[in-house]
Amino acid sequence: MNLFLIIWGAATVVGLVLLIVLRPDHHISWLVIIASLTAFAVWVSLPSNPGIHIDLNNDGEYGVDRDLEFRQGLDLAGGVKILLEADLPDNETPPAGSMDEVRHIVESRIDSLGALEPTVQLQGERRLIIELPGYEDPEGATSLIKETALLEFVEVPGPIVSGTPILTSYAMERSGGEPEATEEEAGVGLDAPDFAADDTVYETVMTGEILENATVQSDQTGEVMVAFRLTPEGDTQFAEYTTEHVGDYLAIVLDGVVLSAPRIQTAITGGSGVITGQFSLEEATRLATQLRYGALPIPLSVESTSTVGPTLGQISVEQSIRAGIIGIGVILLFMLVYYRVPGISAALALLVFAVLNLMVFKLVPVTMTLPAITGFLISVGTAVDGNILIFERLKEEVRSGKKISRAVEVGFDRAWTSIRDSNLSTLIICVVLYGFGTSFGAAAVRGFAITLALGLIINLFTAVTVTRTFLHFIMLPLSDEMLEKRRWLLGL
Amino acid sequence: MFSNFVQRRRLYYLISAAVIIPGIIAMIYSTIAFGSPVRLSIDFRGGSLYVVQFEDTATETGIRDVYTEFGQDDPVIQQLGDPEDNRWQIRAGALTAEEQAALKQALIDKVAPIDNNQSTLDVVSPTIGGEVTRAAFFAVLAAAIVILGFIWFAFRSVPNAPRYGACAIAAMVHDVLVTMGVMSILGIFFGWEVDALFLTAVLTVVGYSVQDSIVVFDRIRENLPRYRGEEYDMVVNRSVLETIHRSLATQLNAIFVMVAILLFGGETIRQFIAILLIGLLSGTYSSIFTAVPLLVSWEKGDLRFRRKEAAA
Repeated sequence: MNLFLIIWGAATVVGLVLLIVLRPDHHISWLVIIASLTAFAVWVSLPSNPGIHIDLNNDGEYGVDRDLEFRQGLDLAGGVKILLEADLPDNETPPAGSMDEVRHIVESRIDSLGALEPTVQLQGERRLIIELPGYEDPEGATSLIKETALLEFVEVPGPIVSGTPILTSYAMERSGGEPEATEEEAGVGLDAPDFAADDTVYETVMTGEILENATVQSDQTGEVMVAFRLTPEGDTQFAEYTTEHVGDYLAIVLDGVVLSAPRIQTAITGGSGVITGQFSLEEATRLATQLRYGALPIPLSVESTSTVGPTLGQISVEQSIRAGIIGIGVILLFMLVYYRVPGISAALALLVFAVLNLMVFKLVPVTMTLPAITGFLISVGTAVDGNILIFERLKEEVRSGKKISRAVEVGFDRAWTSIRDSNLSTLIICVVLYGFGTSFGAAAVRGFAITLALGLIINLFTAVTVTRTFLHFIMLPLSDEMLEKRRWLLGL
Repeated sequence: MFSNFVQRRRLYYLISAAVIIPGIIAMIYSTIAFGSPVRLSIDFRGGSLYVVQFEDTATETGIRDVYTEFGQDDPVIQQLGDPEDNRWQIRAGALTAEEQAALKQALIDKVAPIDNNQSTLDVVSPTIGGEVTRAAFFAVLAAAIVILGFIWFAFRSVPNAPRYGACAIAAMVHDVLVTMGVMSILGIFFGWEVDALFLTAVLTVVGYSVQDSIVVFDRIRENLPRYRGEEYDMVVNRSVLETIHRSLATQLNAIFVMVAILLFGGETIRQFIAILLIGLLSGTYSSIFTAVPLLVSWEKGDLRFRRKEAAA
């Protein structure tokens, strides 16, 4: 693989040197450059490409370390996309940095979902876009993200069965007198015995803020528990309280539901402890995550969700590839039949165009969505426009009596402004479309605009320089006299 | 016919009218029936779009009942593909994440098992929909400015520049009316809805169409001094014949690709490509059969209300 890169690099250098030594419009140097560029593009585009991992000084650290794969958008890979917005009045902007903090918390929380490569992006001042490839359940994701996970240590008079909802002073204060949670919302202890709710409000001693970290542990019997470490302030507070209340009961309450209510055996002064409560491993992981990342500094609301089944995306990819191959095949055939000898160079240039595009998609990388693939295919369909402009000019010049080799030169020169204008006008439309696509709900448009624009730019190179070079070499063995007698070779 | 094709310009206007007038009627009807000239998708209005693959036979009433339970009084339910495909599309109001999960479960319990691997559910809040509408408005405005600027630039040094500009714009309006009209008709009969990609298709088409008109006009400009003795319409005719190969060959290749995607491509992109194709056909037609004949009509004073100006 590295050998390939070395050969490729050498070939490119040779081409560039030739370009400088010989005249800049010399065909051989261009042919070398085009050939080496195309070879590199084909290598990059191959599905089996291993990526570029170059270790320059053999110290085990890669100077260049890139996997080369097509990045698939959610509509192709399948997965969940969620748009969250700060749930504040319209005229209120979130305090500086707070959304960044929210992003960090959300990122840490979704890591536990096991999606392949989750991404969390801030959009504007109050929005967060979450993409979870390969994940299927928007509800699971949003509930985990939005959960506030209020953890309290509450003073209770005696043992209380875990799963019991209770009222606590801190929660009452926070919600303005309304009991916060029901059993179902809390999602734990669903099979706890019915608890005849009384109106007793228990005193909150401390909240989850005193926690520094929480992890999942299991003991010899296999029981899963959540171990926590306290902050220095929390340690002092906790030690003080437990020293004074040895023998009393302290309930650990999550979102208004008792997780466990152990008796304080001894003063807890080590700055750490465990919460037990017949958790499954999953529940314990979830609880630990919630404890660690606590409440979000800003409430979020779900503005938009999109769920795509993975099989569907795969089918779309296959169908698009098939449609693309058929479309390109018909174009190649058309160019050969309609323009004959010049058509051969256009057909070859179109193939070069296609591989160069694929290479750029991988190198940038461009996120491939269905509209993005469509934009690429449309750019293939219009890529031959440049060739057509040139060849029609060429025919005209031949008809008006010019020598054929001269007509080729004139054709390229005269058609250039038309090609430039034509690509430029569509490029400007692409800029407008890209702007439209920055609106979240129109994000699909962006992929289309990007691939179409890339196609137009690459086309300036392939339709003119590449076609001209190929045409030069194809025409070499054909003399003007011979072509004059067989004008059909030029499609005339 | 092409030997003197601009003579038949009245026929071309009639053909355009035959497509555009039903479209306008459809848009008026649609405005009365649905509140907008074309049916708007959830991209603009907000709401939910569920394309669901059931693993067993489902019934419309069954699906409707489940949706009604969730307070969705008037979902639009359509079967996709063949009846035995068990593939349905349901459009309704916005659903929260919790409602989505509960709704899926209710459909599984009461209608038929669902294959999540082959289903998609999109939910857009009305806020986001409003934003897309605003962004669309600005995109159209920006495109209009850019295209007018482009036309102005292309014809800045031509005699009678406003005339060329106006004809190119007329061709552009023609294409927009055709695509909107066809979309409106498809909306009434097949429930096609306009999404963000529709606007993309229209703007792309407009870009190509204007470019096409400019290529023909460029040639007219080039030929006018060259053939001073000839009648205006003959020069125009000659110019069209000189450029028509390029126009047709280019459009044909674009059409090849689009037809390939339409026939073999994925179902989700089909509507977008169909609109793009219709727009492209209209664009090809309008640059040759609308923009150019209008130019001749203007010169000849066919358009009665222009006669004074043309004489002056």
